[in-house]
Amino acid sequence: MEAAVLTDRFPRTQVLASQDMPTYQVAGEDLVETVRFLRDAQGFDLLADLCGIDWKDRTPRFGVVIHLLSTTHKEYLRLHVGAVNDAVPSVSSLHPGANWHEREAFDMFGIRFEGHPDPRRILMWDAYPYHPLRKEFPLAGIEVPLPAADVAEVTGQAVEPAPMMGGPFVSPGGKMSQAEPSALDQSWNEEKPKA
Amino acid sequence: MGGCPNLRQTTMVKSDFGYNSKVEGEVIVTRADAVVNWVRSHSVWPMPMGLACCAIELMGAGGSRFDISRFGMEVMRFSPRQADCMIVAGTVTYKMAEVVRRIYDQMAEPKWVVAMGACASTGGMYRSYATLQGVDNIVPVDIYISGCPPRPEALLDGMMLLQEKIRQEGGSLKRTFRGRTVETKIVR
Ligand code: SF4
Repeated sequence: MEAAVLTDRFPRTQVLASQDMPTYQVAGEDLVETVRFLRDAQGFDLLADLCGIDWKDRTPRFGVVIHLLSTTHKEYLRLHVGAVNDAVPSVSSLHPGANWHEREAFDMFGIRFEGHPDPRRILMWDAYPYHPLRKEFPLAGIEVPLPAADVAEVTGQAVEPAPMMGGPFVSPGGKMSQAEPSALDQSWNEEKPKA
Repeated sequence: MGGCPNLRQTTMVKSDFGYNSKVEGEVIVTRADAVVNWVRSHSVWPMPMGLACCAIELMGAGGSRFDISRFGMEVMRFSPRQADCMIVAGTVTYKMAEVVRRIYDQMAEPKWVVAMGACASTGGMYRSYATLQGVDNIVPVDIYISGCPPRPEALLDGMMLLQEKIRQEGGSLKRTFRGRTVETKIVR
């Protein structure tokens, strides 16, 4: 598919630089119509992935990335849409497979998907107060009560930050790998430099 | 016992060492705890709490190659009412912790818990916001099995250790948890 096919039809759409597949920046208002057009007229009939991104210092801060595959033309295509006011239109009415992906993006980043038929968390429990994949969320976690009050009462257990320092896989004082988040610092989050 | 001539012959030959039916009749003198524990240790009914990859090895231990039934514990039951040993095989997330505890509460006393693998024992490699750092934070654990995953032999070894532990228990139904003696709460 030529880029002009999409940019002519949806003038707010921009082509983004990409190393692997054609990538477009789509306006939130156009998203549902774009995905419908791609599915019905251009053969992009499979939604391969949908995920959230925390851009940290961009406005809007969050984005949603959609990967579409054309099973007839054997082509991939990527759409990025910014989450203005942390909200994006849901495409699960067009691709039912997006349903759980959108719930995951909501769970992990707090992006709301407007028009989603079942906008609940999917991995963490419903009352969990944070969105763990946001950049400022510490790797170890934050203390909150256990989801079940009776179990918390009987066991005296809460959701606790995981022990990084002093855990079995950390040798104190030694230099840790540069490639992975270091477990030496329990409060580490994506905003801090890797030790 | 009287109807079995072979057994009687064997008994006569070994009368100096073992059970002598001529002297003791058909009576065995022992402690009640020993009899109860002998029965319990040879009829462990596991509750397969398979939560992650370790559960695959648990299934392997149940298959014909490793054959957990050689040790009298093959009767895996998915109903907690019919099980007395919960094998926690896998990663316990905080979301699942509630379920694990509730199923433990629903099992009838006496009951035991085996933490199979690094995750169930300590949280394993999952030092994260989502994972309970060891199932012993919510249920009392009798046996910890190391490994990621433990091989079926390690599970069998752990289960035989559990049998050994059962044989040495006092007959009380009371269990201790975090240093306190607790009566089991019945959840309906
Ligand atoms: S200990 Fe290893 S094999 Fe077992 S559940 Fe954890 S990660 Fe999987």
